[in-house]
Amino acid sequence: MNIPEALRYSEEHEWVAVDGTTATIGITDFAQDELGDIVFVELPAVGATLQRSKPLGVVESVKAVSDVYAPIGGTVTEVNGALADHPEVINEDPYGKGWMVRVRLADPSEVDGLMTAQQYGEFIAKEKA
Amino acid sequence: MTGDAAPRRTPLWDAHRRLGAKLIEFGGWEMPVSYRGILDEHRAVRTAAGLFDVSHMGEIEVTGPQAAATCQTLTTNDVRKLVDGQVQYTLLCRPDGGVVDDVTLYRHAPDRFFFCVNASNTAKDLAWICEHAGGATITDRSAATALLALQGPRAAAILARLTSAPVVSVQSFRFVDDRVAGRPTLISRTGYTGEDGFELYVAAEDAERLWDALLEVGEGDDLEPVGLGARDTLRLEAALPLYGHELDDATTPLAAGLTRFVALDGDDFLGRDTLRRERERGSAWRLVGLELRGPGIARQGYPVLADGAAIGQVTSGTQSPTLGKAIALAYVDPAHATPDAALAVEIRGRAVPAVVVPTPFYKRSQRR
Repeated sequence: MNIPEALRYSEEHEWVAVDGTTATIGITDFAQDELGDIVFVELPAVGATLQRSKPLGVVESVKAVSDVYAPIGGTVTEVNGALADHPEVINEDPYGKGWMVRVRLADPSEVDGLMTAQQYGEFIAKEKA
Repeated sequence: MTGDAAPRRTPLWDAHRRLGAKLIEFGGWEMPVSYRGILDEHRAVRTAAGLFDVSHMGEIEVTGPQAAATCQTLTTNDVRKLVDGQVQYTLLCRPDGGVVDDVTLYRHAPDRFFFCVNASNTAKDLAWICEHAGGATITDRSAATALLALQGPRAAAILARLTSAPVVSVQSFRFVDDRVAGRPTLISRTGYTGEDGFELYVAAEDAERLWDALLEVGEGDDLEPVGLGARDTLRLEAALPLYGHELDDATTPLAAGLTRFVALDGDDFLGRDTLRRERERGSAWRLVGLELRGPGIARQGYPVLADGAAIGQVTSGTQSPTLGKAIALAYVDPAHATPDAALAVEIRGRAVPAVVVPTPFYKRSQRR
């Protein structure tokens, strides 16, 4: 299971890459593996306001619909439009080409509430058990 | 349905674990949902071959001089049309026309039949069949029987390597008793994928040997183990109903478009009178195929709209791996069950355009 050191993680299996006051959000390798083949993604529009722990969008695998939750609050500045035609890149490259949205952080201190890579590794080990 | 009891395991549970399957609970059973991935497995069945463990399904035997009469009382299709070695798709109906289960009925001999029934309905079906047994003897063979499905254009070639049975000449919906990999096997040319293929009934203790042998001789033909995830997308493309989605105790076979499996003018059966009245008056609902023309995937329970008003409900939906489109089956008001009718499916509060299309969504090219 790939859990990059530089990222922060939510209990709903989203990752956050923080760069100053902006952040990139996606779903983790664990999440994409649990979901299986992703065939549809619904994302917010640029300018949308995200509230922490509220749904920001939807990913659908062949079998099921899953909400994606905002791991942190902010305003959407960019959306990965490539996912509309190629949602499978989330399976192939969840931390790279499979990114979902970029946001301007409402409150950068919210990042401190997210798990580190090590904490997330322990969290999913516990969830699996 | 599932209660607090631990999910049951088929004789192939260890084999699934060794193959790294993702296991889920389904109908009270712990079953593989996928191995390599649903899309890969789906493609394997459409282009090469796939091997499924469907041992969770139930086998209920009906024997004795009254067997045929009992089977006819219980089922909507015409049992007199069955000859030895033939299989029939049919339905168990309640007197009110609701579907107890959709099943296949096998005739070994004039006094020996068996039903293959849905896993989640096995207990209910057994009670129903015993209640209407007449003078026939009812025996539940489910626990002692394993069922493997070998499906896909290369299924016959793969199976032929493990048996001296003339598999190619076994016609669709026919079966033979023979040996596969040295073990007694009922070889049935049936399936639930829309492809050519076989269902193989063996003793539970022989299941793993047969499973391993098939995977081994099929390797060069890209045979893959396939889980319930792809089984669902395959059957949906072929517009084959799934109990709990298109069928249940409150739906009728006529509304589901299964009229050709209901012999309303033949011998009497449970539900016949109600269904005859439904034929005269028309069904309250019609099952139709939908193709979405906007972004999204229709799922079970989503409302179907016409001009903004709810006129039906989705029973199954997926992104079709073969067609690359979102497809669905839905019950709609018969007034809207016309080809090319412009409807919509409400997906998370949005009306996504959808069109009524003919089913099956996918039909294999006939080569045999």
